[in-house]
Amino acid sequence: MEWSWERIPAEFVVMNARLCREGAIGRRRGFVHVRKGRVEAIGVGSSSPEGIPALDADGLVCAPGLVDLAVHFREPGFEEKETVVTGSRAAAAGGFTAVVTMPDTDPAIDNSGMVRYLIDRGRDAGLCRLFPTGAVSPGRRGEAMTEFGDMVAAGAVGFTDGSEPVANGNLMGNALKYAAMLGVPIITYPEDRTISGRGVMHGGYWATRLGLAGIPRAAEDAALFRDLELARAAKGHLHVAHVSTKGAVALIRRAKSEGIRVTAAATPHHFSLDHARCRDYSPLTKTNPPLREADDLNAIAEGLADGTIDAIATHHEPHTATEKEYQFDQAPFGVIGLETALAVGITYLVNPGLLDLGQLIACLSERPARALNLPVGRLEEGAEADFVLIDPERRWTVQAGAFASRSANSPWLGETLTGQVAATFLRGRLTWRGAAAPGGN
Amino acid sequence: MILRSKDVLGLEDLAAEEILGVIDIASRFRAVFDRPVRSVPIMRGRTVVNFFHEPSTRTRISFELAEKRLSADIVNFSTATSSLSKGETLRDTAENLAAMKIDMLVIRHSSSGAARYLANVLACSVINAGDGAHEHPTQGLLDIMTMRQRLGDLRGRKVTIIGDISHSRVARSNIWGLTKLGAEVTVCGPPTMVPTGLDRLGVKVEYDLLRAVKDADALNVLRIQLERHASRSFPSNREYHRMYGISAEVVQKLKPEAFIMHPGPMNRDVEIASEVADGPRQVILDQVANGVAVRMALIYLLSGGDPGALAPAAA
Repeated sequence: MEWSWERIPAEFVVMNARLCREGAIGRRRGFVHVRKGRVEAIGVGSSSPEGIPALDADGLVCAPGLVDLAVHFREPGFEEKETVVTGSRAAAAGGFTAVVTMPDTDPAIDNSGMVRYLIDRGRDAGLCRLFPTGAVSPGRRGEAMTEFGDMVAAGAVGFTDGSEPVANGNLMGNALKYAAMLGVPIITYPEDRTISGRGVMHGGYWATRLGLAGIPRAAEDAALFRDLELARAAKGHLHVAHVSTKGAVALIRRAKSEGIRVTAAATPHHFSLDHARCRDYSPLTKTNPPLREADDLNAIAEGLADGTIDAIATHHEPHTATEKEYQFDQAPFGVIGLETALAVGITYLVNPGLLDLGQLIACLSERPARALNLPVGRLEEGAEADFVLIDPERRWTVQAGAFASRSANSPWLGETLTGQVAATFLRGRLTWRGAAAPGGN
Repeated sequence: MILRSKDVLGLEDLAAEEILGVIDIASRFRAVFDRPVRSVPIMRGRTVVNFFHEPSTRTRISFELAEKRLSADIVNFSTATSSLSKGETLRDTAENLAAMKIDMLVIRHSSSGAARYLANVLACSVINAGDGAHEHPTQGLLDIMTMRQRLGDLRGRKVTIIGDISHSRVARSNIWGLTKLGAEVTVCGPPTMVPTGLDRLGVKVEYDLLRAVKDADALNVLRIQLERHASRSFPSNREYHRMYGISAEVVQKLKPEAFIMHPGPMNRDVEIASEVADGPRQVILDQVANGVAVRMALIYLLSGGDPGALAPAAA
């Protein structure tokens, strides 16, 4: 039977694909047989089951659906920036089939009703799996603990106060202990606000030259050290949401070697862009933690290569064009990343030889899923058919008008990147088809 | 053409010959000040907008005076917006200004980079009257003019900038301009006020005041922004004065011909002792007069004024 993109049947085969599994891309081409939303069979070779509609992938890489451990879908409260629907669409366009949402909405996700609401909204959108996190403290005010047990029962996969780091060490320690009892992590955005103060970019040469207040590395390192020691004492699971400094990479490496239960993620912007990018005062380069120096970028790439850093997470943080048009010191922190993550990884990690493509894909799928114990991220027989077709060589230019996200605050605007998502499938259903998709209708 | 760009945003962007060219024209205007009629009607019919998004008295008055002496039509507007209420975006402000067809914009803004932003979106000339902690090019030019009046060629001359370098746009403009003209710049202040990476801008960092000023030909003493520090960057005004204040005892250690500048307004007996501020070594009022002349020169040159039309300054 003929393959048709318009009428994708309940049973089909993706053939002639380079299969990516467990961090390696098979040398021989193979096929994935999908039936009723599940992977019926995976095989190597050009032969595939007869009599089933077949999509000829023509050598594209077929990988597990990508998993993002940190996105901000802004709903409820900031729908002018993003919604669950537009965010899910951006996820699908970036090859993601599962995302972990951050609770910094208004109101915050700090009770089981809000957790259920988000899960429902994600299901209604139907474009990716949505795993919510809950706030550590009501309203993310850092004063008391939220009802972790109730929220876990509703589907929360971890707890964090996000960009309002828990300043009170006693609360953080207790949160780690309590979350450990429930088998979920506390996610930290390590930042000592008394050190970062009014800083708006990395504290270094460029901040000095531009006359902008700096955020020193110590703000991250000192806060992370506290959290690691609290996790050690609590025997809890600490997940580091983003790593921006060489010091933080070293702290996590040592903590892992000492048996502390810590997992960590780094964002595409923190391994690809340095503080010199802020030289034109473009708020599109304003993030927290800030873009740092070459040493830090290298340490993060090494951390990803040796497994110190478990995953790449985008921290997709949409902001409106108006907000990002304020002056650098006044504009909000954050950049979007879902639709560029894979290409930035290929361009800045794979092409220079820091990771191979299989490792990169693992950093975006199996490894993040394992870090947060999410039941996704594997391409194997019997699993749900969440997968992505990737053209790792295709070059494309990032354009503000072309995002599926409601916002376009990308630091890579105008840049030509390598590698593009051709198609994304969730439970065997097409959620995104890009320009790189192979022919046929 | 003395200036290559339509804007003056910082001394970082100016070449040495542009800086010297502006100062030459400023010297000619300075000569006009002693005449009974001090205005030159070359800006007649042109509109200059002074947009001050941060409180300023001296710089604003200096610009206004410069504009009036060139017979420009002047519009002042200040926004008393605090950093808490963001108000309209600068793009909206810029588009409004563009719609009103102005010839030149002078901008003071609390955000570093604001002047450059406006210069990029506006067709008219933009003069930066101070943006955040980034640059204050007219202050840098007037400081350099003041130094050149006393020292001539600045190559090899030693200039020491003292105070809160971290938050000072005056320091940054001085550093860019002076190093381009070949001066040897030393910055001095407590380590809490000296930012990282300064050495890459080609200056020497010295924390000991006496060592920093010993061989200096000129001192530029920065205003300590008392409200900004609230006891975090230095313990007290008293201790700051004792360790970094320019007192009569410090003046005694200077080279005999060394002189002292201050961008104003002064905190007497904090960064500079009252007796020094009123003493024979200071050149502060000269700086003020040069400030008007430098601003006249920039406005004149940016409006396409012909340098040859002005009488050369007396040597």
